[in-house]
Amino acid sequence: MDFQGDANLKATELRLGLPGTLNEPAKQSPPSKSSKRASLEIYDESSSKKRETSSSDVDDRDSTAPPTKAQIVGWPPIRSYRKNTLQPKKHDADALGTFIKVSMDGAPYLRKIDLKQYKSYPELLKALEIMFNFSIGDCSERDYYMGSEYAPTYEDKDGDWMLVGDVPWNMFISSCKRLRIMRGQEARGLTCL
Amino acid sequence: MSEDDEPGRPQPPDPGSKKTRNCAAVHPSPHPDRVLEIVLEHVLQFLTARRDRNAASLVCKSWYRTEALTRSHVFIGNCYSVSPSRVTARFPRVRSVAIKGRPRFADFNLMPLNWGAHFGPWVATMGKAYPWLERVYLKRMSLTDRDLCLLGDSFVGFKELELVCCDGFGTGGLAAIASKCSQLRVLDLSDTEVMNDGVDWISCFPEGETCLESLIFDYVECPINFEALESLVARSPALKKLRLNREVSLGQLYRLMVRAPQLTHLGTGAFGPSEAQGASDQEYDYASAFSACKSLVCLSGFREIVPEYLPAIYPVCANLVSLNLSHANINVEQLKPIICQCRKLQVLWVLDSVCDEGLKAVAAACPDLRELRVFPFDPQEDAEGPVSEVGLQAISEGCPKLESILYFCQRMTNAAVIAMSKNCPDLVVFRLCIMGRHQPDYVTREPMDEGFGAIVMNCKKLTRLATSGLMTDRAFAYIGKYGKLVRTLSVAFAGDSDTGLKYVLEGCHNLQKLEIRDSPFGDAALLSGLHHYYNMRFLWMSSCHLSRQGCREVARALPRLVVELLSYEGNEKMDDGAVDVLYMYRSLDGPRNDTSESVTIL
Repeated sequence: MDFQGDANLKATELRLGLPGTLNEPAKQSPPSKSSKRASLEIYDESSSKKRETSSSDVDDRDSTAPPTKAQIVGWPPIRSYRKNTLQPKKHDADALGTFIKVSMDGAPYLRKIDLKQYKSYPELLKALEIMFNFSIGDCSERDYYMGSEYAPTYEDKDGDWMLVGDVPWNMFISSCKRLRIMRGQEARGLTCL
Repeated sequence: MSEDDEPGRPQPPDPGSKKTRNCAAVHPSPHPDRVLEIVLEHVLQFLTARRDRNAASLVCKSWYRTEALTRSHVFIGNCYSVSPSRVTARFPRVRSVAIKGRPRFADFNLMPLNWGAHFGPWVATMGKAYPWLERVYLKRMSLTDRDLCLLGDSFVGFKELELVCCDGFGTGGLAAIASKCSQLRVLDLSDTEVMNDGVDWISCFPEGETCLESLIFDYVECPINFEALESLVARSPALKKLRLNREVSLGQLYRLMVRAPQLTHLGTGAFGPSEAQGASDQEYDYASAFSACKSLVCLSGFREIVPEYLPAIYPVCANLVSLNLSHANINVEQLKPIICQCRKLQVLWVLDSVCDEGLKAVAAACPDLRELRVFPFDPQEDAEGPVSEVGLQAISEGCPKLESILYFCQRMTNAAVIAMSKNCPDLVVFRLCIMGRHQPDYVTREPMDEGFGAIVMNCKKLTRLATSGLMTDRAFAYIGKYGKLVRTLSVAFAGDSDTGLKYVLEGCHNLQKLEIRDSPFGDAALLSGLHHYYNMRFLWMSSCHLSRQGCREVARALPRLVVELLSYEGNEKMDDGAVDVLYMYRSLDGPRNDTSESVTIL
């Protein structure tokens, strides 16, 4: 998944935030398997994008920050056992429903939905389409979200960003922690897998 | 809990002990020179602080020899700074050893796997040299099951094993310790990873009464044989410290507590009913179990808490000195009734789920607080931030005796940090982690320079500092100018140029441990510290602007420094010579020979 070919398109892409403030993902990434590299970079874009859309007075320093070398690794400095033990307990989820945050690129605020309300992927996607007023097209087994500029992704228990639709529904609702509806170039990159 | 704490300094021996009587018996009419040495031996036995002993050993050769003979506890801050044989050659009568291995950033996956810090060579050498060894304390070292077997076999009177943030062994190794060390008083596995080999180590303790005083396994992620544990607790009348892992349910905790009302330190395990038993779990009177523990001063655990059961701890709150709720996802309403009863509390660890309001309650209820740690429930950069400068300000106003703080937050202001620097002049440890990288002051949008500057200026006892947020070289100028007592400094995503690091290396004369990540410091800055590196325990710099050339120059200038370059998986040795990680430390015995492929020693 190489975004460098899209560099020119990126420069002319319309979005919120000051021009030149998007940190380009760098080549290397510290101890992570290569299969996770793409998701680390995606997460990078998402976090820097969020900063742009959420605060209008972005400090100029952000644009001169050192190149992002997948600094997500080891930051914030929390030991792994603290991260693991903070998984929501199963019986808590049963009692309260599984509410998760949903963000969409370009939308000014996030929403929350209860995954337990839905029984399948098409139901979930339909609800998201209505909530955010966009169109994602059909989710068929082979052509995920083809023809749409949106791609629904989710963060799983391990902190990785995955494309919605790969795993069986039950596995999805038990491992999904939050949803993000990507749009634009990165979304097309995903759907061309 | 602080790294600088001298772990369990042994008491000086009582003057009527065997040792002194033997000395007199062997030399009935000593040579005049020997008289002085004998007197010195008696006197030096009372010196326990290692800094004092190091100073005494430098007076003259006679004092060096005598000090070496009388040192019973050896502390090795960096396991590669000296070889095991050199230690055993100099100090022949050691009873207690403390060894530290990996640098702290290894805890956050910044170090390649299998880097080193093996206990094997140490136990092999000490096994022969110190048959009377009683105590081993290891931090961030790797041990194997074989090492533990060897330990049990080598040291007949072995009493205390403390493993903090260690790894490499499994339940088999624990079984070896339990079965071989019949005098075992302390088995402390704080934060240590233990592989689940399926061995029932709890059952391996000998039958009959044990000498156990402390059994700590709260982060051991293996199921344990509860019946065996209950039996062990019942036959350990000296047991004072018991910290259970999260496999132990609330019902099981009750059964253990009623057998050990003499406990002073308790880690409660899950603090919730086990899923297996569910509704059939007998509803015990948990509050009465806590009431019975009249000596309880330190409470932790709450790993899978069901908050409805929290009121059970009310009976012990008034006497609590230390409370660790950092795994309990509770809100301010659940915290308040507990904290307002903890008038004597000195150490508190919480999750930020209690919010600024919860911290205000802490400030109002705990005037004696010395140490506070606020951990994030959701440790991500762009998560919601339930605690902020408001909480920090409140704590600074309510807890003027604060000595140590670790505070994770999403937003902070210089004003609050400055307020803390003025309200809490006794601060020794100040660690602030603003989780968004390069985040400025939330209100003024300025860098956090003035806040950290105020901390080093006003907190005259400060020895440990960890920074975060947006920081320019100016912040480092403050640290270099005022941080004269700082021994440990952690820097991440900070600074503008080489000048920043130069300020620190030139100004902080007591700097021992410097760990830096993702900051724009390059070779020029590195070379400005040549005058100081022999005084330091280590320097860590990862993802900075260093080149192999610069590191090579340091290695050439300082031959007794071991300069290690570590590379991350997938990064081939690059032609432009950029360095992933520089880890360097002084060593009396040259570079080590147990490195893996990802390590290059210059």
